[in-house]
Amino acid sequence: MANLTLVEAVNQALAWEMAHDETVVVFGEDVGVNGGVFRATVGLQEKFGIERVFDTPLAEAMIAGLSVGMATQGFKPVPEVQFMGFIYPALDQIVSHASRMRNRTRGRLTCPMVLRAPFGTGIRAPEHHSESTEAFFAHMPGVRVVIPSSPVRAYGLLLSAIRDPDPVVFLEPKRIYRAFRQEVPDNGEGLPLDKAFVTRPGTDVTLITWGASALETWNAAGELADEGIDCEVMDLATVSPMDKETILESVSRTGRAVIVHEAAISGGLGGEVAAVLASEGLYSLEAPVIRVGGYDAVPPLARMEYGYIPGVQRIKDAVHECMES
Amino acid sequence: MPVVAQFEITYTQFLDEHGKAQQELPEFAADADEMARMYRFMHLTRVFDRRCINLQRTGQVGTIASSNGHEAAQIGLAAAMRPEDVLAPSYREHGAVIWRGVRMSQLLAVWGGDERGHNWDGARHDFPYCVPIATQCLHAAGAALAFKMRGDEACAVALCGDGATSEGAFYEALNAAGAMNLPVVFWVTNNRYAISMPVEGQTAAQTLAQKAIAVGISGEQVDGNDLIAVRNAAEIATQRARSGGGATLVEALSYRLADHTTADDATRYRPDEEVEQASRRAPLHRMKRFMEARFGWTDEQETALIEELEAEVEKEVEAYLATPRPKIEEIFEHQFANMPAALEAQREIARRYPVPD
Ligand SMILES: Cc1ncc(C[n+]2csc(CCOP(=O)(O)OP(=O)(O)O)c2C)c(N)n1
Ligand SMILES: [Mg+2]
Repeated sequence: MANLTLVEAVNQALAWEMAHDETVVVFGEDVGVNGGVFRATVGLQEKFGIERVFDTPLAEAMIAGLSVGMATQGFKPVPEVQFMGFIYPALDQIVSHASRMRNRTRGRLTCPMVLRAPFGTGIRAPEHHSESTEAFFAHMPGVRVVIPSSPVRAYGLLLSAIRDPDPVVFLEPKRIYRAFRQEVPDNGEGLPLDKAFVTRPGTDVTLITWGASALETWNAAGELADEGIDCEVMDLATVSPMDKETILESVSRTGRAVIVHEAAISGGLGGEVAAVLASEGLYSLEAPVIRVGGYDAVPPLARMEYGYIPGVQRIKDAVHECMES
Repeated sequence: MPVVAQFEITYTQFLDEHGKAQQELPEFAADADEMARMYRFMHLTRVFDRRCINLQRTGQVGTIASSNGHEAAQIGLAAAMRPEDVLAPSYREHGAVIWRGVRMSQLLAVWGGDERGHNWDGARHDFPYCVPIATQCLHAAGAALAFKMRGDEACAVALCGDGATSEGAFYEALNAAGAMNLPVVFWVTNNRYAISMPVEGQTAAQTLAQKAIAVGISGEQVDGNDLIAVRNAAEIATQRARSGGGATLVEALSYRLADHTTADDATRYRPDEEVEQASRRAPLHRMKRFMEARFGWTDEQETALIEELEAEVEKEVEAYLATPRPKIEEIFEHQFANMPAALEAQREIARRYPVPD
């Protein structure tokens, strides 16, 4: 069994699926010879050939648009956009076409494609390399937005995303690309989409999170346990469509919820979770739902980036506030 | 069948790789002071760049893009611009930006992760470094439209790379410039690579300059490592723009002599021999030969110049390192002219949490 980082698990999933499904193709900027700027696609061109793993001209609208075209004709494109901050030219193709091809043609043409992109802050990168705008995509009906937060889930969710008959935007939290390792058996077993994962059972409060924030949330839960607060931690994983059932079930037991994400708080998906709780779980709530997120400011450059994202202390303070009300 | 349209793309070089004149030189090349000034800035660009890389290695700035190999393309272009023109640079164009009057300490701030650097002194109406590829080409076209509408005798200059010519924004900017007859120059420094992608992978076109033809603007290719060819082309293109003659696309042939950025390892995708060969054609090398032959430039002068520039850069590095850290409040203060109450509340929360260094 392999002890892998998150980015290595992405690579392992791509390799598995390419070996087992010859319609899967990988392309994008610098994914071939260079193996991706984060090395997510390293070795794939050697293994599967330049026909199935190739570098494209530098154009994101083109990458997404080609994918739509290929997907409708029997391929499963798994393109990479180098950073989420450069995904916006592709937005048009995703929102205007990939997300609605099935619906528009009443199922005649479909778009089984997975657009992968690293996202989030925390690596001292230049401007536009730190965005967390998953909510843009979650707002589009017809597209799934999947975010792994561990090597095991990266592997299993990516396999399922590729096998899914509909378009998936697969966002990889680059801050934790190499933060820790896990045993990730290369058995080709997918993990369910549209399902939240409880990563730590608890009874006092439910912490709902995704992406790189899962790390601080997990650490906060550990420190809170020492104080006698027993947190349940939930990784939403598929942030759209959202797994309401798991959220509601958990909060029906704990009675309290704190939502933690890195994206700007206003219009962020924490609001969607809170709305689910307000409309369908109000009677199990013993305290107001609290959201902890990035501020409503441009993700700052390196000097301030760790002031922007929710840190362990901010999460703990939010939990205390929730416990005390 | 009748030929309905025919085009050609010219290539201009004045100095060969040994600094020898290949044809009669333009007037400015006889101006010893002006040539010395440009040569000095080319060296300054190199010295600054070297120091940047070194600061990155020691963790004092973040990921940074090197301008190694671009010295002639940047300085020759910037030198042809007037203060009232506007520059829309990509992230690699430190030399051009410094020539325009921006302090090196402020550029270091940008690469050191501090937004205040972009609120730079000098060249106040120039655009900040642009990271999303090719998007600045549209801004330059828009600035040019503003000049045109106001009747200003000024032009806008967008700087981008070979990879940028594949983006929709690049084509849209060129097309707008043609359709609206805008006073703008699109300057493509073709350094042969977009990260790992060689230019042959970007396009099947023989030149990038010919993309001008499709939109009805002027296009030409120059030796981007030849300061004189660059300055000459830039003067013609900017003058054409300012005098209502329309837009120009210049493709400056060069080579990226460094990794793409400090986060890149170019040995993964290009052979050492290629880099070695290209470094023999490096712009500074060529200019040195020229300065020696034309103006009796000596090795002693060269050494003294580099020492002087190193000291100048060091002062800027010190100024950068001595700048107090930004405060977390600042990330809120420039979101809007008038801060919404909700944001003010967030600022108060942020104040409570120390930012780890
Ligand atoms: C829209 C967009 N896509 C991708 C990137 C990531 N990226 C940064 S630089 C670069 C290559 C640019 O190559 P080129 O235009 O030739 O300029 P050079 O870096 O060689 O100066 C890429 C793909 C980006 N910054 N913006
Ligand atoms: Mg280039």
